[in-house]
Amino acid sequence: MHEVTLTVNGIPRTVSVPARRLLSDCLRHDLGLTGTHVGCEHGVCGACTVLIDGEPMRSCLLFAVSVDGAEVTTVEGCRAPDGRLGPVQRAFHECHGLQCGYCTPGFVTTITAYLREHPDPSEEQAREAIGGNLCRCTGYQNIVASVLRAAAIQRGDSP
Amino acid sequence: MKPPAFTYHRPATVADALDVLAEAGADSKVLAGGQSLVPILNMRLAAPGHLVDINRLYELAGIRCEPGAVRVGALARHAEVERDGAAYAVLPLLRQATRHVAHPAIRNRGTTVGSLVHADPAAELPAVLALLSGSVLLASAAGTRSVAAADFFVGPLESALRPGELAVEAAFPIPPPRTGTAWLEISRRRGDYAVCGVGALVTLDPDGRVAVARAGYVSVGPTPVVVDLTEAVAGHPWDAADWSAAGALATAGVRPEDDIHASAAYRKHLVGVLTSRACRAAASSAFSLATSAASPAAPSGASAASSGVADA
Repeated sequence: MHEVTLTVNGIPRTVSVPARRLLSDCLRHDLGLTGTHVGCEHGVCGACTVLIDGEPMRSCLLFAVSVDGAEVTTVEGCRAPDGRLGPVQRAFHECHGLQCGYCTPGFVTTITAYLREHPDPSEEQAREAIGGNLCRCTGYQNIVASVLRAAAIQRGDSP
Repeated sequence: MKPPAFTYHRPATVADALDVLAEAGADSKVLAGGQSLVPILNMRLAAPGHLVDINRLYELAGIRCEPGAVRVGALARHAEVERDGAAYAVLPLLRQATRHVAHPAIRNRGTTVGSLVHADPAAELPAVLALLSGSVLLASAAGTRSVAAADFFVGPLESALRPGELAVEAAFPIPPPRTGTAWLEISRRRGDYAVCGVGALVTLDPDGRVAVARAGYVSVGPTPVVVDLTEAVAGHPWDAADWSAAGALATAGVRPEDDIHASAAYRKHLVGVLTSRACRAAASSAFSLATSAASPAAPSGASAASSGVADA
């Protein structure tokens, strides 16, 4: 077993895990953060995407022990400081960006990171930004709209 | 899916890593970005007894632009290579190709050298290394050796790396002056494996005539394929050369196979079309570079900016 310390959504957490524990399973089973969803478990679907030191990565393709010491942001960390929905979550709600919701956590983390560097994306850029995440319900149109809406919310364009 | 159990090693120095690899030999795998290895483990296609995590070997981090070559350390992530402005200025092809490697979330973790060692014939960077006649530096407890790309890619998912060896660095040679490059590929969706991908390199002589044209291919053979296209276009002004003849020559030089994604005939068709487009873009870029280099008034950043013409 390996002692691993992660700062998850700003809170230091220490767990004892076997070397083969995937970060996705560590978050869900060891830390009880079930917002991170596990889809394909080989890096294709994007549902398990979390931010490692601010950069989106597939948590199913990382061993927890290998990212010992990292700052991890999950979908639970994408809420607003007051505990209400964060800008990306709010945009998904307003634009009907989800149906079953299984893929949504990976979209929220991916888009959160993307908008930090691209605060005003075009529709084409928004489509490209979510190219690594699969959704089997929505047909993506409303997710693209959610990216643009989240950008507008963050820029303070509209209430 | 859970990966099989393994003994985990996290050496702090390359020397320690090589000791572990020497002892564990063929029962060990190196973990760098893990973007190919971890899926293989998750699907239980491999079950190494030992994993040697090199993510704390900071001596292998970074990208160095030296006279003659861009050297990429084993810990440099695709995203770092893609962003590196100094590397782009001397070797735009690295960024042009790396942008097509999977998705940003994969590029943030996956490493360029790891991609080379994985030796997937559908991957971009092995074709880039082959096109540039680059090399990979391998270290083991017994010493180091440099292996040329032509000898490094042995078969599909098979490189010349031996048990006990660690790939520590890749050298991507900088092409001669008046050389332009371009990367084009066709995939079902952006970020998917390419059905066919082409990296083109065109060098002009001082009069703007084609001196060298060469292309490297993805997904058309068991290893990266490089075809010399010079004879189809040599001596012609870059904008009057018959680039479709280069495409035809390329088509004759590849032997793709049918698979679930595309027929061999369709892949051959793509080789012809993408070759002529990519070569024309590379030649145009070479001409812009030569023109801006010849103009003393050009700002120093102009060559890097104009080579962006060929980005695709």
